[in-house]
Amino acid sequence: MADSLTVVLVYPELLGTYGDVGNAQVLVQRARWRGVSARVERVGVADAVPAYGDVYVLGGGEDQAQLLAVNRLRAQRGLHSAVAAGAPVLAVCAGLQLLGWSFVDGAGLEHAGLGLLDCRSDRLGGPRAVGELLTQPRPEGIPLLTGFENHQGRTVLGRDATPFGDVVSGVGNGDGTDGAVAGSIVATYAHGPVLARNPALADSLLSRVMGAFEPIDDEPECALRRERIRTVTSNLRRRRGASVRLGRQ
Amino acid sequence: MTARLLAGSPGAPATTTRWHPTPSRRFRFARRLALTASALSRATGYGAGTTIGGRVLLWIDPDGLRVAARGRTAAVVTGTNGKTTTRTLLVAALSRRGPVVSNRGGANLRAGVGMALARDLSAPTAVLEVDEYVVEPVVAETTADVVVLLNLSRDQLDRVAEVSSVAARWRTMLGSARIGTVVANADDPHVVWAAADAPRVVWVAPCSRWLGDAATCPACGEPLDMDPVDWHCRCGLRRPHPAWRVEAGSLVAPDGRRHPLHLQLPGAVNETNAAFAAAAATCLGLPLQDSLDAFEGVATVEGRYDVVSYRGREVRVLLAKNPAGWTETIGMVRPPPATLVLSVNARTADGRDPAWLWDVPFERWAGRPVIVTGERALDLLVRLKYAGVAARHVPRLRDAMLAGDRRCPTEVVANYTTFRQLLRLLHDG
Repeated sequence: MADSLTVVLVYPELLGTYGDVGNAQVLVQRARWRGVSARVERVGVADAVPAYGDVYVLGGGEDQAQLLAVNRLRAQRGLHSAVAAGAPVLAVCAGLQLLGWSFVDGAGLEHAGLGLLDCRSDRLGGPRAVGELLTQPRPEGIPLLTGFENHQGRTVLGRDATPFGDVVSGVGNGDGTDGAVAGSIVATYAHGPVLARNPALADSLLSRVMGAFEPIDDEPECALRRERIRTVTSNLRRRRGASVRLGRQ
Repeated sequence: MTARLLAGSPGAPATTTRWHPTPSRRFRFARRLALTASALSRATGYGAGTTIGGRVLLWIDPDGLRVAARGRTAAVVTGTNGKTTTRTLLVAALSRRGPVVSNRGGANLRAGVGMALARDLSAPTAVLEVDEYVVEPVVAETTADVVVLLNLSRDQLDRVAEVSSVAARWRTMLGSARIGTVVANADDPHVVWAAADAPRVVWVAPCSRWLGDAATCPACGEPLDMDPVDWHCRCGLRRPHPAWRVEAGSLVAPDGRRHPLHLQLPGAVNETNAAFAAAAATCLGLPLQDSLDAFEGVATVEGRYDVVSYRGREVRVLLAKNPAGWTETIGMVRPPPATLVLSVNARTADGRDPAWLWDVPFERWAGRPVIVTGERALDLLVRLKYAGVAARHVPRLRDAMLAGDRRCPTEVVANYTTFRQLLRLLHDG
């Protein structure tokens, strides 16, 4: 097992609008609780993204900030090298969109993404997707994913990416799926922060770097998960008037 | 406008002349019905009656706000944080000169403002706090003499626009309406960009800055160059030279003289609010000393900072609604052995996504025992776990108030809707 861990938080000033900086804090603390010295490396707007990080975290942000972030990331190789070397990357919302081939801003203009993830994003028709997001993740070992989405994006995956999960409640990518998985990248529309609400996902990212480790006591996280999942499913039942079937929780 | 500004000479006794010109029959009918609706709402215990009354007023007379504001000196206070406190301080100051009408109780949308004005047609001065997302029509309809722009940061992202789009709307408003003097925050890049082209701006420099939402230039989108006392962008947007400053508990006036602030309200953030209120009152012709004297008498702001006795305990409730507000509050609460209770809801008025809890540096409370309550206590509990703060969940508000040692004071920090629940609990038992 590695004896130290660096979580690179990519442009939190640009991609931290919805509390997603918490994802880095969750990773670092869960590594520390297992005896690994860990730290967050915050990459400032004017700084280069280092290639030596163990895990990379990108969050959501406003249109203008997303554009600035993608322009900066395209002008350097740090994130590209890390992805090529297989470092786990968690990308949320705007972070997901800018890893893809292209995305569309609020004015309807298309911008090139980094092309690290085989997907394209444009705008959802209709109202902004705002509310609880509940999905059934496709990767083994990750139970129901709970988060909060707040976006106007619609994402279509290419052949080299698979959806991260299937939407139980909410909008996600806009086609019944949410997010994308390709190689070492995991992407979702879920804020929350998503790792605080889904410690199993945090541990699955960590285990790729740290190897196998013991479970830890997740009582408040589990209580929060139960509460959020119950809220969403009771709303669903009320709306659909039918039973809602859920897999593993 | 100038004539109106000069009409109430500083310190002169309140005029008894009727300020309000004869309104139309439509307005009088609308007002009568609005007052009835408002009284009914209060009598049935439904609410304070301000919003429902205002809706009736504006439904019958869409021009009702303009008519109710006509002929008065008006100050509008807006921004993400500090609206109610700044309005309260400004009302205290201007009341030294004569009656002031103001919208209390958080009714800061167009209907609430309209109803507050319609209730009292005789006060020559109006001080209005207005939600930052709906301020444009109110500024236009009241032909505001002073517009105070406090700050702009993230709040309720799930239901309202992002910060930069609000700044863009302010900028349009200040460029088009017949605006009097703008009193604006020199250290908030979004505010500076919004107010840069307004005809008359009085810049105020607060003593602390929340910069989390202004990493990039609102004008060109490039990163801002920031240091502890200055900021600028390559495109030319830069921190303006402030006329008023807050420095180590003192207010530095435009003439360079220092005036110690003797506030009962705690925290550096309230010194900043006082600076905005003093600058605005000065724009309206009130001598500075009158403002400073008035500020000393303000001990509570609609229940905030109020020390209440509850079942033998001394309880003080602080309101914090967003990351900027919570960050300010962390430095405000009394240290142990005071009991610390945190309460968070995520209803529509709070913003339904409490992920902003992760932007608050709760790590500063590491090692201090904390009690959490409110409808989203579990989100708070998880956040505090990762911040190294040992917290205990007490689901019921009432029990949480009583959870600490009765010999020690209890400090409660709450966000909007749970703050209202707490006030009801503390005052009605």
